Amino acid sequence: MTPMRYLPKSPSDREALLKAIGARSINDLFASIPAEYRLERDLKVPRQMAESEIVDWFRERSRENGDGYATFLGAGAYYHYRPVIIDSLISRGEFLTAYTPYQAEISQGTLQSIFEFQTMICELTGMEVANASMYDGSTAAAEAVMMAVRLTGRRSAVVANSLHPEYREVLATYAHHQSLPVTATSFTDTARVNLKELEKLITQETACLLVQSPNFFGTIEDIAAIAEIAHKQGAMLVVSIAEAVSLGIVEPPRQADIIAMEAQSFGVPLGFGGPYCGVIATREQYVRQMPGRLVGQTSDKNGKRGFVLTLATREQHIRREKATSNICTNQALVALMVNIFMTIYGKVGLRELAKQNLAKANYAAQQFGKHARVLFPGAPRFNEFVVQTTEDPYAINSRILGHKIVGGLPLKKFYPELGNAALWCCTELTTRTSIDTAVGMVAESERSVKSAKQEADVQEVTR
Amino acid sequence: MKHVTRKATRHVNQNEGLIFEKSSPGKAAWKLPPLDVPDVDPSKLLGSAERKDLGQMPEVSEIEIIRHFTRLSTWNYAIDLGMYPLGSCTMKYNPRVNEVVARLEGLANGHPYQPERVSQGALRIMQVLSECLIEITGMDAITLQPAAGAHGELTGLLMVRAYQQSKGNPRKKILIPDSAHGTNPATAAMVGYDVEKMQSNARGMVDVVALTAQMNEEVAALMLPNTLGVFEQEIHKIAEVMHAKGGLLYMDGANMNALVGKVRPGDFGVDVMHLNLHKTFSTPHGGGGPGSGPVAVKKMLEPFLPKPVVITKPDGTLAFEYNRPQSVGRVRAFYGNFGMFVRALAYTLANGPDGLRQTTEDAVLNANYIRKGLEGIYDLPYSTPTMHEVVFSDKLQAKKGVKTMHIAKRLIDYGFHPYTTAFPLIVPGALMIEPTESESKEEMDLFIEAMRSIAAEVEEDPQLVLDAPHSTRVSRLDEVAAARKPVLRWKPAS
Repeated sequence: MTPMRYLPKSPSDREALLKAIGARSINDLFASIPAEYRLERDLKVPRQMAESEIVDWFRERSRENGDGYATFLGAGAYYHYRPVIIDSLISRGEFLTAYTPYQAEISQGTLQSIFEFQTMICELTGMEVANASMYDGSTAAAEAVMMAVRLTGRRSAVVANSLHPEYREVLATYAHHQSLPVTATSFTDTARVNLKELEKLITQETACLLVQSPNFFGTIEDIAAIAEIAHKQGAMLVVSIAEAVSLGIVEPPRQADIIAMEAQSFGVPLGFGGPYCGVIATREQYVRQMPGRLVGQTSDKNGKRGFVLTLATREQHIRREKATSNICTNQALVALMVNIFMTIYGKVGLRELAKQNLAKANYAAQQFGKHARVLFPGAPRFNEFVVQTTEDPYAINSRILGHKIVGGLPLKKFYPELGNAALWCCTELTTRTSIDTAVGMVAESERSVKSAKQEADVQEVTR
Repeated sequence: MKHVTRKATRHVNQNEGLIFEKSSPGKAAWKLPPLDVPDVDPSKLLGSAERKDLGQMPEVSEIEIIRHFTRLSTWNYAIDLGMYPLGSCTMKYNPRVNEVVARLEGLANGHPYQPERVSQGALRIMQVLSECLIEITGMDAITLQPAAGAHGELTGLLMVRAYQQSKGNPRKKILIPDSAHGTNPATAAMVGYDVEKMQSNARGMVDVVALTAQMNEEVAALMLPNTLGVFEQEIHKIAEVMHAKGGLLYMDGANMNALVGKVRPGDFGVDVMHLNLHKTFSTPHGGGGPGSGPVAVKKMLEPFLPKPVVITKPDGTLAFEYNRPQSVGRVRAFYGNFGMFVRALAYTLANGPDGLRQTTEDAVLNANYIRKGLEGIYDLPYSTPTMHEVVFSDKLQAKKGVKTMHIAKRLIDYGFHPYTTAFPLIVPGALMIEPTESESKEEMDLFIEAMRSIAAEVEEDPQLVLDAPHSTRVSRLDEVAAARKPVLRWKPAS
């Protein structure tokens, strides 16, 4: 057997260690395991592979996984350009292979970068404090609702139906065992939250209202109006932001009490759904009920500025069953990607980037609108929109796929009431060529459906 | 010649400013390609929803960003620099091939909603990893959805609850030994269970007699943490006691590095357990995350797994199955921290069955070697055989006023990351050391020498230890001030 390459010991080293310990064989050290449970055979896992074989095996999987396809998918996971220095920097072993920065004196790199992350998230969201990250946007939203429940002492929540359907599912899972009833509120024909219905649903018993903006359909909500309705009853407003790039050009929900964000758009690869980067941001007065790690500024014995994890009395390792959440490990390295991305684009670049997204989606929606129905007119959108076709979007998409383009997300699974509708997303990476190709395929579908219908009508008349 | 005080010092010793302090208007690190569609007027499209100002966001150039983060990185300790003996954290080598394969185009850019037809590669990775983890744990089914260990605990207990509910009563309590990690009770509370503490016996183990007395029909499950680095020798009896009264046995898999390839929790009666891919399976800790916390279960819990699950269709292709009426639901959007699945599988393939077993043996060998090297110098509160980590206490040093935290800080001066301090709670002044398999004999000898040297310093010059660290860029930081008047973001000087 060749030595396993990650293990830094020779057979004679092992002998020497055993001798020092006073053990005859390695199995002496496992003697505390009752004999009947010791595994006396090899695990049935694939045999040990060379590095080159591992790379080949995963290359094959990569090829089977849409490598080289253009995409119109968004819906909570966005394809944006990732500047190369993100990976150069996060690949430094000092970031990659460090633990949670509990030992502040030898973790200042991680701590200071989190402090900068918290600052930039505050700037972008208009909130006063932000945590060091949550697992993702869905769990951040669920935890934000729980936070509002603790802050208000009320025990019910209202959630917009235009919130990402999988976020709603996660909230349902979390709320279920907290005996927290969650009521859904509908959207109007502009895709915005139905304010009239909201007036009735939010009462003095409502802990919070959870909405998403831009919402699942890409529509920007009227946050001021929504906040007024919630606050009138003493309920908190929690706003989920799934497309972080929107913050470059869309006014942040400043009237919100808690913002639960997914920051994947900021330099995090799509990665088939994760790891991503959730964040919770809120007002200073609510910080002690906020879950997740926080970095604060302080100084050392010589007065030198330094950073530490702080307000840990909220957390599980101190408060155990009375903690604000059970979260421990978060998404630190992904938050570092987000941090570097925000630093690269900065004050001017983020706006320009967001503007390109707006322009591409606007162009695409106009083009689709010439041949099919673009739903929800009348309210501003960011980089997503819904197209309704006569033909089933799955069928159209499967033809588009032939051009190595993944079409918009068919909505039947989540919103059967919208019929043959699909959610399309354009980012700065969407080319005009692929937009025109996809529009052409939709146009062709509409034409052929129409001519088939005409033919049927003609036959009907002839008969 | 007149002495001039200069501002310049070695870069790594300088106070690298905050990025905001380097910002000035007109600098940029980005460039967008020209628009290939007509430009738009945001005020027309967005109206009052248009944002005009991005506040204090920085404006800096690319080289400044590279230097900024590179300098910051040099202030971190890391596995790549040396031994990182944090008990219960399993800070092992993070293989670089993992990083390479996770960045392959089709995997890094795969959209979670792309058609299954063009997702076969990702589904296959999830399936093969699942099969490997099921075999390693000796369980029957698994979900990869949870994002970290604590999230896995939540998922596991949700399944326990759903299972008990299906038997007619979700029950009220979860038994948690006093040696448990803080996430265990915090999780039980999130699932709506009361936490009932259990006292460990004199050997740091579950007292089966006490458990038998405590176990009743109100208890849904026992969460077995085992944070002492010892093997619960009466584990099968514990399982029997739980099962006899309809309870389930949950195992915290944070310490799986002691067991892989040598013994399987499924074989000794565990019903549900989570794994930490960022511990046992070498995915990087990254300064606190991302993790990944798959939950493996026995057959009777399978219907309750979060949805979706990966299935093989009759035509041999893979797909997500959503029609799971008894599922606890979703615990996260999409399918989990997929990038970590890729890395964990790459690690498993690099090891194979022989490598996995050797890894466990080396981890246990290393912990025992450190125990031998420090026994007598530091107090060993439990003489129970050591698995992959060893817990000492500061009892001998406390006589001189030196506590575990001081020793830990002094260890920094010797070039090591501290061990885990003050945990588990059942050992007052704990020093919890987990070397992992990644340490050579030479590195461990250095560590043992450092620890012995510190013990000598405690006798000769305790103040030296109390004031440590002495060699870091910043000295002890004022945590009390940080918490009393929190400064949680930078603000421009007004």
